[in-house]
Amino acid sequence: MDAKERELLQLIEKNGRLENSTIARLMGISEDETKQMIEKLEKEKVILGYSAIINWTKGTDEGAVTAMIDVKVTPKRGVGFDKVAERIYRFPEVKAVYLMSGVYDLSVSIEGKTMAEVGRFVSEKLSTLDSVLSTTTHFILKKYKHDGLVFSENEEDKRIVVSP
Amino acid sequence: MITEQRSKYLSDSVQSIQPSGIRRFFDLASSMENVISLGVGEPDFVTPWNVIEASYHSLEQGYTAYTANAGLFELRKEISRYMRRRFGVTYNAENEMVVTVGASQAIDIALRAVVNPGEEVIVVEPSFVSYAPTVTLAGGVPVPVHTYSQNEFKLQPEHIEEAVTEKTKAILLCSPNNPTGTVLSKADLLKIAEVVEKHDLLVISDEIYAELTYDEPYTSFPSVGNMRERTILISGFSKAFAMTGWRLGFACGPKDIQQAMLKIHQYTMMCAPTMAQHAALEALVNGQKDVIRMKESYRQRRSLVTHALEEMGLSCHTPGGAFYVFPSIKSTGLSSEEFAEQLLMKEQVAVVPGSVFGESGEGHIRCSYATSISKLEEAMKRIKRFIENME
Repeated sequence: MDAKERELLQLIEKNGRLENSTIARLMGISEDETKQMIEKLEKEKVILGYSAIINWTKGTDEGAVTAMIDVKVTPKRGVGFDKVAERIYRFPEVKAVYLMSGVYDLSVSIEGKTMAEVGRFVSEKLSTLDSVLSTTTHFILKKYKHDGLVFSENEEDKRIVVSP
Repeated sequence: MITEQRSKYLSDSVQSIQPSGIRRFFDLASSMENVISLGVGEPDFVTPWNVIEASYHSLEQGYTAYTANAGLFELRKEISRYMRRRFGVTYNAENEMVVTVGASQAIDIALRAVVNPGEEVIVVEPSFVSYAPTVTLAGGVPVPVHTYSQNEFKLQPEHIEEAVTEKTKAILLCSPNNPTGTVLSKADLLKIAEVVEKHDLLVISDEIYAELTYDEPYTSFPSVGNMRERTILISGFSKAFAMTGWRLGFACGPKDIQQAMLKIHQYTMMCAPTMAQHAALEALVNGQKDVIRMKESYRQRRSLVTHALEEMGLSCHTPGGAFYVFPSIKSTGLSSEEFAEQLLMKEQVAVVPGSVFGESGEGHIRCSYATSISKLEEAMKRIKRFIENME
């Protein structure tokens, strides 16, 4: 990855909706060059996708429940943790799976409509898997910051309008 | 009538200076809604959290008393290390440095320490609005030396020569410059140094924007030739570390001059705010990564704005530093004040007319690109529409 690609990735990581024309001007390159660079990075799966960070608690009843589950597993010979992780991450309710150092092995993030729904998933799907030894479920009570974005930030410009 | 009567109580020097031309624009722009301001002369970043947190911590620990007049010794030692590391200039923390209330106060005490009544100080224009009045208030006579767009607003040594008289004491330099964004290269500075030496002048070098240069490594004036011995270097935390409201700057220079400045400082200010000094200490120790992050963001926005202005036919050199562009609006036939006022009224975009920065700023406007990308793009759209509707 060269410096230009890194710069582009940093820009769209912060704001995935930047127009190609804006990116081009910010980086001082042509729009064509920008487009090609993005296509290349998408093809190479450096850019995996684009999403929005949404505060679902705002102006909607669609409140989602998120739980982070510490999972202890027995690794499988030859494939280690990868096979177990795959068994878990294939479920659409699972938003994230990380292999962790420390007292447990996998950190699994689950999203559901209600606590009961998440609870059902843990007891029926996750803990019943052969390799899963134990689970500890933590429900998220409030999101303050996610992916670098603060949920309640007062974004207004606090500077005076004109200054020397 | 009352004003006339009052004026007899006022000093001649304060009456001889005009209120800043920026003030009127501020009042006008503040009274309007939906204004996008490119008129702000400060970073759009909030001070990095670790710096704010360090200041909290100092307050919690009870550091609420005065510091040494020259500033916390720890801070001065860090400033000394920082200036050597970043700009290759060496100053003794014990006696060659004063921590001040912003770079503005540093300029004030520098001028008061060196200017005798009636002595002339060369002010390179277009310039920051406070230089000339500060010279006047120090009892000196500001002598403008103009710079021009055809030279990318770089100071020409022969223009200094033309302005020098036997009364000339000092020259006030500012690179990167507010409002033009122009950066003087090492070669430029060497040529200026020759004239300075020839006429035995002092230099007050305002390097507040030194961290914000985008194309070439920065050359600090005292690092050039023998200039250290005749330079008062002015800098601070406002621009690079996004700390304008903390009001913290510093001056470095030869011991005798710094000690003279310290005398004025100790009688008029006592010391810079203690909590801001603790914040600044953290900024110097752990803040360079934030400076780099913010600088990168300014560089991108500089590119955005210069391209957009170019496309709408407002010619503008690509400024090497600070966060201003200073395009010419001469093609519109309007004065810079008319342009800025009409743009504000018709399209609600605030820019600063170049004329407030001195006569040679006329025909230009100052646009600050320290504003969000989306606001900059909207502002550029509005300026484009404003110009198209004029034709």
